[in-house]
Amino acid sequence: MTTTKRRQIKETGIKLIFLLLSTAAIVIVALIFIFLFREGIPIFKTVSVKEFLLGQYWYPTDESNPDFGIFPMIAGSLIVSFLASLLAVPLGVFSAIYMAELASRRMKEIVKPVIELLASIPSVVIGFFGMVVFAPFLQKTFNLPTGLNVLNASIMLAIMAVPTIASLSEDAIHAVSRELREASYALGANRWETISRIVIPASLSGICTAVILGMSRAIGETMVVLMVAGGAAAIPASIFESCRPLPASIAAEMAEAPVGSDHYHALFATGIVLFIITFIFNVIADYIATKYKQSGTATL
Amino acid sequence: MMRKRQWIEFLALSTVRLSILIVGAAMLIMVGFIVINGIGSISWSFLTKPPIDSMTRGGIFPAIVGTFYLTLGAVLVAFPLGVATAIYLQEYAKEGRIIRLIRFGVNNLAGIPSVVFGLFGLAFFVVMLRFGSSILSGSLTLGLLILPVVIGASEEALKSVPQTYREASLALGATKWQTIYRVVLPAALPGILTGSILGVGRAAGETAPIMFTAAAFYTPKLPESLFDEVMALPYHIYVLATAGTHIDQTRPIQYGTALVLICLVLGINLIAIIIRSKLRKKQYS
Repeated sequence: MTTTKRRQIKETGIKLIFLLLSTAAIVIVALIFIFLFREGIPIFKTVSVKEFLLGQYWYPTDESNPDFGIFPMIAGSLIVSFLASLLAVPLGVFSAIYMAELASRRMKEIVKPVIELLASIPSVVIGFFGMVVFAPFLQKTFNLPTGLNVLNASIMLAIMAVPTIASLSEDAIHAVSRELREASYALGANRWETISRIVIPASLSGICTAVILGMSRAIGETMVVLMVAGGAAAIPASIFESCRPLPASIAAEMAEAPVGSDHYHALFATGIVLFIITFIFNVIADYIATKYKQSGTATL
Repeated sequence: MMRKRQWIEFLALSTVRLSILIVGAAMLIMVGFIVINGIGSISWSFLTKPPIDSMTRGGIFPAIVGTFYLTLGAVLVAFPLGVATAIYLQEYAKEGRIIRLIRFGVNNLAGIPSVVFGLFGLAFFVVMLRFGSSILSGSLTLGLLILPVVIGASEEALKSVPQTYREASLALGATKWQTIYRVVLPAALPGILTGSILGVGRAAGETAPIMFTAAAFYTPKLPESLFDEVMALPYHIYVLATAGTHIDQTRPIQYGTALVLICLVLGINLIAIIIRSKLRKKQYS
């Protein structure tokens, strides 16, 4: 065998090794999917899918007649994430506009790292802050029995989601070409008109992706809702009542559920629901990002 | 007419500026509260002694050690896999179905909630592979969680290596692998390392993935093997703040632990951000 040939074989081998290693991510996603289902599906021998998803009562450890309805948790997750988005989307997108359009170079060098640092604060610390500082504040201000409620959880979740939305939106806005802006100014538009009618529409797909990923993060966030949402497994009637979003339900009870019990399987099935919800969000984000890929300068 | 337009512009731009102020203020208030309330608890013995009297007094040394081991383990898992994936995506793969599939995997892995990683770790590492609740299970789970961070950072670093480097090396008769190994990787290494530091920060602060796979409520002794359970800083905060009978009594310890965790994570991230901005400046000059 000649040296060249040996070299070629070695090169192909190395390439194959890298290909193999790079499938790790997809293999892991598949494994997570398989194991969630393997451990979650057995609960549907005890309850039907419909009873599980729409059931109002969650008494998994009742000995004679346990109930496995996670509807209150699904409702809790959706309500808390929706309220969080009402706060996080405008704050995040406006912060991005500030960084990309208004900030001087120097300000940007300060603001961007601050947002990145905010993104890196561990969720348990934000939850802790919500518990020991913000909850007593809410309790006193609104004269409530407890400050651990939907409102508190939504605000803390918003704090978590803002950095994601802000930095991804900023990337999108930053990518809008200079010519578009200059053309707008040349037509006599002022700064805000340029931002609102040219820059934002041009970067809308990127901003949408950012918002969806931010919300997906909020739905999946565990420690914050575990610590500040209050934990009642019932549909909250107002923002001052407590609730228990899906991740909180899993985290709070998994340690007590014996491996292989109905309770254990029910919590894995809760994980499936959470996985599917975030999976849908991610696929939508991925779809928007590739389908409506931002183009640079328009060509005639 | 002119007036109205200017008014709208002023109002809108003020709202934008107000938003960034609110975000900054939220960050300052949160960090400020924890620094002010936590600084009193920090002392040499707090950092180097184990907890005593059912965790109502004493230090957090075992939790610091535990977090160190878990984070180190996570990096050992994520770094080789992440860098290899990035090399394949950037240097070898051509646009096509395989690259789409790998990217789809990476993007979705990044979007999976941390508590789901915890469930997976429990079912796969703890129960099926019988690693038990241990450093090994926790490190593997955390490693998978930060894999997308390492991939993203490494890809960015590889992308920033000028194409001319590769061409020069290939022109000298080097093979593809020699080019990657001797030319591209050394040039990209600082960027890859910085990005991976961000992954370290993430791993150090995560709680949900280690709750059922590694973290112990209380262990006075330090871990002796990969199969030991450990205490960890984030879990310690959670446990002290929510469980037990001494929640109010241990408040100073909770603040102190939160401060240590914040300093650790923000410190790690700050280092990465500073190095990265230096690197970027160097590239542009």
